[in-house]
Amino acid sequence: MTILVDNNSRIVVQGITGRQGGFHASQMLEYGTKVVAGVTPGRGGELFQNKVPVFGSVDGSVKEAGANVSIIYVPAPGAADAMLEAADAGIPLIICITEGVPQRDMIGVSRYIRKKGSRLIGPNCPGVISPAHRCKIGIMPGEIHKPGTVGVVSRSGTLTYEAVNQLTLAGIGQSTCVGIGGDPIVGSSFVEILELFEADPETEATVLIGEIGGTKEQEAAEFIRSRGYTKPLVFLIVGQSAPPGKRMGHAGAIITGIAALASEKTRALKEVGGIAAPTAGEIGSTMLTVLGNKT
Amino acid sequence: MKLHEYQAKELLATYKVRVPRGFTAYTSSETRKAAQNLGGSCVVKAQVHAGGRGKAGGVRLVSSPQEAELVAGELLGTRLVTFQTGPEGVPVNAVLVEETLEVERELYIGMVIDGSTGGAVLIASKAGGMEIEQIATESPDLVHQVPIDPIVGLQPFQCRLLSGLMGLTNEATRAITPLLVALYQLFVDVDCSMVEINPMVVTTNQEIVALDAKITLDDNALYRQKALAELRDESQEDPLEAEALRKSIAYVKLDGDVGCLVNGAGLAMATMDTVRAAGFEPANFLDVGGGADPERVADTVRLVLKDSNVKRVLVNVFGGIARCDEIAKGIVLAMSKDHQLTPIIVRFLGTNMEEGKRILQESGLNVHPISDLTEGIAVLKGLGTA
Repeated sequence: MTILVDNNSRIVVQGITGRQGGFHASQMLEYGTKVVAGVTPGRGGELFQNKVPVFGSVDGSVKEAGANVSIIYVPAPGAADAMLEAADAGIPLIICITEGVPQRDMIGVSRYIRKKGSRLIGPNCPGVISPAHRCKIGIMPGEIHKPGTVGVVSRSGTLTYEAVNQLTLAGIGQSTCVGIGGDPIVGSSFVEILELFEADPETEATVLIGEIGGTKEQEAAEFIRSRGYTKPLVFLIVGQSAPPGKRMGHAGAIITGIAALASEKTRALKEVGGIAAPTAGEIGSTMLTVLGNKT
Repeated sequence: MKLHEYQAKELLATYKVRVPRGFTAYTSSETRKAAQNLGGSCVVKAQVHAGGRGKAGGVRLVSSPQEAELVAGELLGTRLVTFQTGPEGVPVNAVLVEETLEVERELYIGMVIDGSTGGAVLIASKAGGMEIEQIATESPDLVHQVPIDPIVGLQPFQCRLLSGLMGLTNEATRAITPLLVALYQLFVDVDCSMVEINPMVVTTNQEIVALDAKITLDDNALYRQKALAELRDESQEDPLEAEALRKSIAYVKLDGDVGCLVNGAGLAMATMDTVRAAGFEPANFLDVGGGADPERVADTVRLVLKDSNVKRVLVNVFGGIARCDEIAKGIVLAMSKDHQLTPIIVRFLGTNMEEGKRILQESGLNVHPISDLTEGIAVLKGLGTA
């Protein structure tokens, strides 16, 4: 078992003929991911690397190649259109890697996708990987992952690789790793991913990586408390040393008050039983201790 | 991107949000003329991208054109230091000269994108005039939040309810309702990430006027807000941060001497946190970004090295969409003769890491390869204080 993706996932890469889309489509294929189609408007009928059919629309990739997961590498000005097209074509899981999508676009996109019954991961995220299924849908380096029972969910990209690498070096494999994205408005929150991990019998423990700004970590803490999340949770909140006011707008701080601080988020998660990794370099060792104590 | 008060007010006026009658002046004599036009008695406000101007002496009531000229002479060409600026302050290149109003009460009106509701939120309080953080801490009951549905937009009934919560008169309620609706329209039209009108005043004749205005635009949307993007005033920003913005590099200047070159905002923050916890001070926050080519990486490295405080550079790259080989090529391209000896502590992992390591090791630069941050801290300690 795994969450979100498995070996039935059939991937369409939106923006497959672009520099990033092309590079990472190759990497995904190399890892073993079932990339069944690409989409680039106006380039339908071509073949990517002589094997993956390119369609002019997502609809074509669904009907003719049976795509059921989309990954988007389309540049920011066209990303909203790409996400909406994927939802309209009935793709149940849409993963948007693109960074720099305007916030106003995301207000509409997140609602539309929810209304269509699809799930969005991202934007501005590294994607999703399930090592046991050799299913990598994203930009993460595949070789650092190892099949196992720890679920990872993170707002960061590279810091997720950091965490995964430490887990793997400590001999701890991962069930699924999900990057939810670093923007204020993203398709899926910590809460939605934790819900999936809770229901997944093969996920034994979880790693959560948060950062300053917003209240997503507190919402996760509230979920853990109110819904009785049963799996051990090791976490890290970064941004202790970030200067105040640089990343957050003035009025943005009011919605959350001091909640946007790393120290507040750490406190909230500790209160519900989360175990804080002392530094970014100790995520793996902390999880090792937690799993050791459990058995 | 921040707008100046006078720019924000020009924008508000186009949406029929009432602002005080006023003129922007760049010299003392322009200020005198503006004051004359306003009848002598007026307020002279320093135009800087920072809050706390009043307490810092940047907002001055004057009673004659002569006094206005004098005050402008004191403000223009100086640097204003407020609690938000740091000791170096920000330059005052313009003043806004405005009429004074008979104010009955001061309100706080703000609008912001809220991640948890996935839309815009209107924030209001009858305790205007103070910092909203202070109101929220001291009297949270006085802070009202109204989530705005993006399909139907801000509705008049929501404004009326809010007006009731703030205890406004019927007349003031009638005046503020269309104004808030227009404010939301502006918020959407020009891709704001934050609008703050503090105070929004109710005059003695129950008119609603935006006495101050702060607007921050969504940087991600500037590509489609070209006219507004041109209003950027780089003089208000740290010179290195301004250069970074021009090149779309996520960079924040800090006070330490360890230059940090990291990919990904999360890993960059984690690296800064680790450096600091070990007793060193990072010189900057920097996210090289995903998919940077060697030229762009080189630009980024040059930016870090332009900060004369930087004595050593810590590179922490976990390749994903960023490729270690391209980062390595960029570093080699950027290291000029002056920096051949600058220690570069490098950690590469992930996409094309072996190739990246090889490029750096063959470059002849003062490279210290490390496999994790703990080792990086040990190398920093070994190098001693530069």
